[in-house]
Amino acid sequence: MTSAIRFSGVSRHYGDVRAVDNVDLDIAEGEFFAMLGPSGSGKTTSLRLIAGFERPTAGEIRIFGQVAQGIPPYRRNVNTVFQDYALFPHLNVRDNVAYGLMVAGQPKAQRHGAADGALEMVALTGYGDRKPSELSGGQRQRVALARALVNEPKALLLDEPLGALDLKLREQMQEELKSLQRSLGITFIFVTHDQGEALSMADRVAVFNEGRIVQIGAPETIYFRPETPFVADFVGSSNVLPPEFVAQLTGRKAHGALRPEAVHLSEQGHSATVRSVSFLGAATRIGIRIGDVPMTMLLPKSDTFPKVGDTVTVNWAAEDLHVMDRA
Amino acid sequence: MSMQAVSDRGAGLFGRLSDTLWRRPGLLIFLLILPPAAWLGIIYLGSLFALLAQSFFSIDEFTGIIQYEFTLKTYAELFRPSNFDIILRTVVMAAAVTVGAAAVGFPVAYFAARYARGKWKAIFYLGVMMPLWSSYLVKVYSWKLILAKEGILNWMFETLHLGWFLNAYLAIPVIGGNSLSVSATGTFLVFLYVWLPFMILPIQAALERVPHSMLEASGDLGARPAQTFRHVLFPLALPGVIAGSIFTFSLTLGDYIIPQIVGSSRRFIGQAVYAYQGTAGNIPLAAAFAVVPILLMAVYLWIAKRQGAFDAL
Repeated sequence: MTSAIRFSGVSRHYGDVRAVDNVDLDIAEGEFFAMLGPSGSGKTTSLRLIAGFERPTAGEIRIFGQVAQGIPPYRRNVNTVFQDYALFPHLNVRDNVAYGLMVAGQPKAQRHGAADGALEMVALTGYGDRKPSELSGGQRQRVALARALVNEPKALLLDEPLGALDLKLREQMQEELKSLQRSLGITFIFVTHDQGEALSMADRVAVFNEGRIVQIGAPETIYFRPETPFVADFVGSSNVLPPEFVAQLTGRKAHGALRPEAVHLSEQGHSATVRSVSFLGAATRIGIRIGDVPMTMLLPKSDTFPKVGDTVTVNWAAEDLHVMDRA
Repeated sequence: MSMQAVSDRGAGLFGRLSDTLWRRPGLLIFLLILPPAAWLGIIYLGSLFALLAQSFFSIDEFTGIIQYEFTLKTYAELFRPSNFDIILRTVVMAAAVTVGAAAVGFPVAYFAARYARGKWKAIFYLGVMMPLWSSYLVKVYSWKLILAKEGILNWMFETLHLGWFLNAYLAIPVIGGNSLSVSATGTFLVFLYVWLPFMILPIQAALERVPHSMLEASGDLGARPAQTFRHVLFPLALPGVIAGSIFTFSLTLGDYIIPQIVGSSRRFIGQAVYAYQGTAGNIPLAAAFAVVPILLMAVYLWIAKRQGAFDAL
């Protein structure tokens, strides 16, 4: 497994603000890698450091083994799909896609052929003569993708590419991006704040918070075995249980993570007060309180749901309570 | 009772007037647009058409009396070498001023749009606009002092032992002269200075609308900075450049004071119009001269549109 992107102690500080703070990272070639985190967590800055739009204030970045220091964006063989797509409004779709080949000096017939090929790959055959302003959001997104891929980059950087699309289109594009990555075999590095997106698409996920990577791992690991309360809360909207409560249950004094869907109504267990009930469609989310510990539970379809103010008895399997040793 | 369910506020005269206008938004727009439209239509366009009409009359060469009959004779006179020279000189000067203003204005506008923030942006606007606050005539006269043989520019060249360079430059025919203040170069410099704000502000506004990600995308796709400028930044700023050039080009075409104060004795269109409508009393020829800039601007904009200069709007 060769390394595509490697960060060694990389920092990007703006005065006192530590946008990226001492990050170590190793992304393998051909991997679908997601950078997940809330806004301002350093994930986009990390992506921009790879693209070369930002320069690290400390540390070293290697792109396919080559030290990236001092190499401008236009000499890096990585390409970016921008959050706002950044399509050139004065060029038609074909010239947008062919832009990279045009500045590289390819003759017109050749680059237009390649652009039409790339448009076919993203299912936009016949759209070459339109202006970007005549396309829908989803189509623009595909053009941005084709424009980046036509240059045959060794790694594709995607900055919240699905953020502006509506839910149905987003799910469809998730599938398409994944199969595209599989068929092209190139490294995809994907920035998102949507944990569902990261979990469903990526081979590995890095969770960012306050400029640092809190946890890196396979989606299942991140979801079921979060290492810190932040990961538990942000990635899975897990119930983060206070150490005192966990100590009563397990004898270990550390934060615990408990998935809402692991909690169920039961004959015996913990007595809880119902504080809120929200119908979500496939399930119903119920906010409860055990003593002074707030918790949410997710109940599948059922005939009767408790009402606000009811006292219920809830329980969960002991193995579902995940104790997090890191603070 | 049922009315009170919707609205319990009584309506006075103004209240009812507001209600009427709210229900008929077309009426409001009509009332708002009427005064400026009347002003524009009657006073501005009216006098312009009166001028146009004058250009189709002619003057009796012996009596000097205007003959109110349709003729193209006056327009033919524009093509007499002495008159055509004036037109050519003015157009070349206007084009040079426009290109010069774009070349000087673009970097300034780029800096202001891309890097200046907060206080620096205010300083930029102040710096660009301030020359517009003082009297135009005072500015032109102060330039005469700067450019004169005894002026600061000449002194600077002498002090730097570059007087020979200035003299060699002034020895060049057409653009040179006895001193900068009586040369076409001097006229050019003053025009450039006076109209520069009109070029900077529209370019800055156009650049302000170019998202930074677009320049990053260009670089990301492999374009060197020079290529990004040529293929992305300039085309996107072009509507601003065109807007600015409309100002610099047409203002130069019509001006008669700057070449009068700073420059050689060779005349520009504005001076010709001034002379013909005044002392010479040849209103038709003055009108025909005045039509030239209008036609030139129309042709210029038509070409700009055909070249796709407004595609990015």
